[in-house]
Amino acid sequence: MMLATEALKDFEKITPKKIPEVEPFSQGHRACQGCGEVLALRLAAKAVGEKLIAVSATGCMEIISSPYPQTAWKVPWIHVAFENAAAVASGVEAGRKALIRKGRFPDDGAKIVAFAGDGGTADIGMQALSGALERGHDFTYICLDNEAYMNTGVQRSSATPYGAMTTTSPPGKKSKGQFTWKKNMPMIAAAHGIPYVATASPAWHIDLMNKVKKAVTVPGPAYVHIFSPCPTGWRCPPEQSIETARQVVNARIFPLFEVIDGRFVLTRDIKKPIPVKEYLKGQRRFRHLKDEDIAYIQERVDADWERLMALVKATNPETGE
Amino acid sequence: MAKRVGLEVSLACSEAVKLANVDVIAAYPITPQTHIVEHLSELVADGHLDAEFVPVESEHSAMSACVGSSAAGARTFTSSSAQGLALMHEILFIAPALRLPIVMAVANRSLSGPISIWNDHSDIMAERDIGWIQTFAENGQEVMDLTLHAFKVAEDHRVTLPMIVNLDGFILTHVIEPIEMPSQEEVDAYLPPFEPQQKLDIANPISMGLVGVPEVYTEARKAMLDALEKSYPVIKEHWDGFAQQFGRQYNPIETHHVDDADTVLVTMGSLGETAMTAVDEMRAAGRKVGQVRIRLWRPFPSGDFLDAISGAKTLVVMDRALSPGADSGPVATEIKSLIYATGGGPYVADFVAGLSGRDVTREDFKQMVDKAEAAAAAGDPMTFEMWGVKE
Repeated sequence: MMLATEALKDFEKITPKKIPEVEPFSQGHRACQGCGEVLALRLAAKAVGEKLIAVSATGCMEIISSPYPQTAWKVPWIHVAFENAAAVASGVEAGRKALIRKGRFPDDGAKIVAFAGDGGTADIGMQALSGALERGHDFTYICLDNEAYMNTGVQRSSATPYGAMTTTSPPGKKSKGQFTWKKNMPMIAAAHGIPYVATASPAWHIDLMNKVKKAVTVPGPAYVHIFSPCPTGWRCPPEQSIETARQVVNARIFPLFEVIDGRFVLTRDIKKPIPVKEYLKGQRRFRHLKDEDIAYIQERVDADWERLMALVKATNPETGE
Repeated sequence: MAKRVGLEVSLACSEAVKLANVDVIAAYPITPQTHIVEHLSELVADGHLDAEFVPVESEHSAMSACVGSSAAGARTFTSSSAQGLALMHEILFIAPALRLPIVMAVANRSLSGPISIWNDHSDIMAERDIGWIQTFAENGQEVMDLTLHAFKVAEDHRVTLPMIVNLDGFILTHVIEPIEMPSQEEVDAYLPPFEPQQKLDIANPISMGLVGVPEVYTEARKAMLDALEKSYPVIKEHWDGFAQQFGRQYNPIETHHVDDADTVLVTMGSLGETAMTAVDEMRAAGRKVGQVRIRLWRPFPSGDFLDAISGAKTLVVMDRALSPGADSGPVATEIKSLIYATGGGPYVADFVAGLSGRDVTREDFKQMVDKAEAAAAAGDPMTFEMWGVKE
């Protein structure tokens, strides 16, 4: 099945000169200064445009966008609970599908996109997400990953990186901070055999928008994992958000890639990576780490990169990439 | 024209959902609800029902998908029991807050622990305060009729709330009964297509499920409460309309020999039929016993109930769930608080009986009546007893 490849054959790319002017997610929300997550959300919404039907999980983006009687959403939007954005989205999709088939609602080409944070995706929402991906609903799921439960006050999630200080992974005499390696959500999504998976960073905003646009273009489920710096939770200056989002990619910690019909495509090759130390030192959540901890992180980042390169090679035999 | 068929009650429920031409069913299997959703998936697979059957991975997702589907403007149905209903708990409160007219059949079953698949009302009593309209069926025909009525009420623009039809697990779900099956034309005449007042539509964007800060939370809850209270006359109106269309009349409170009764049995659900036989036998023996069956549980029909028991000296309430730590079961607690507000009223004896499918016989009902009348005559404190506990 080459669903995504077929659907993306005539894909019209967003370019710097053709950035959509539409703002489905408006200014005037209540996000923190320098929030990388709300920037990613805004870019994603622009990429989809006015045909967006948004489903939000409980979390920062839901709280900051919808204090009744105000809303930052200019498109249809629904929030139900924390762990069920994927399930709600699958219901919206099923309802529309039935109504359109029965001729009771016009086929308006709306695009259903679920938004959730890393906790709502990798932890409490994993089951609902897996179910929705497995059932093949035509929707896109975007994980806005700021690497901890920021809305509740910076508690660790399974997407919190190794060594990071959070309020529930505090470093101490008997703790290095977060004691587990970051759960690899994009790979878990890809293991469902869905047509399209991608990772993105707001530091490459055109790439981010194109990936979201591709995700909503392919039929069936698509998953986009967006690295979303949180200056408040990561203890870094707000003006460093974009730089942080760039460094994480350049250090090979968060590789930018796509999985199109099972084929791994590296969308940004990092030939000369910066040391992970460069990335870690800008954020006070890592400042307690010793050289040996950083060496361990470097080692695992290198190994993860090699594994990804092997996948790229294995799934692109004809080009030998 | 309606035709009389022999049908398992679960299938009668599914057939009612099919006659309602539902758009989406999102469900997860749990005993004793399974036959309802199995038959619906067959109806969809065979092309008899044009609907999306969403085989979700949990009941939490079942209710979440129902919320999404209903918000998209689709007529939506699900069914569950016990642990499954409990897993939905979080989302059950949100559906009425979003004013989504989802219809759910709850095949009532004991909540764990210990785990047990048999029938009582502990599952639904744990969901008493979710804000849904709730009715209880006594037999298969009522399951069919109340299911059709539920769509009619829930989707009425004066109501726009989700609605549960309770049917006792196994005692109803797995029993074959004679059912008057209405024709599609008759159902279409009673139940028009769902016209949502608002939905997720890119041509008319709305935001659903916004944050309720302390300045608005109370008012939002009050609005939901008002909607539930205002549903009462509509529920009755659509039962009257149902009687006109199908010839069977339903009421929020059903009575049997209450007019001159000194003692009134209060039941809810399928054991009401056993109780009715016991009442008839006691009547034949010259005892002034009557019966009140609660059909509408939420919103509770307080006025109808007080009218029905106005002449009684003793009430014998049968609860089918515990309220641990309280001085009676949930139904009796409700009734006592209602009677207290009248400043007088009958002696109330409460028996928690039939937990997890344990038989409650005519003889049990007679013994409850004897016990209650003796306690009332002796001026004992109000009785609360778990019936038939083995020592």
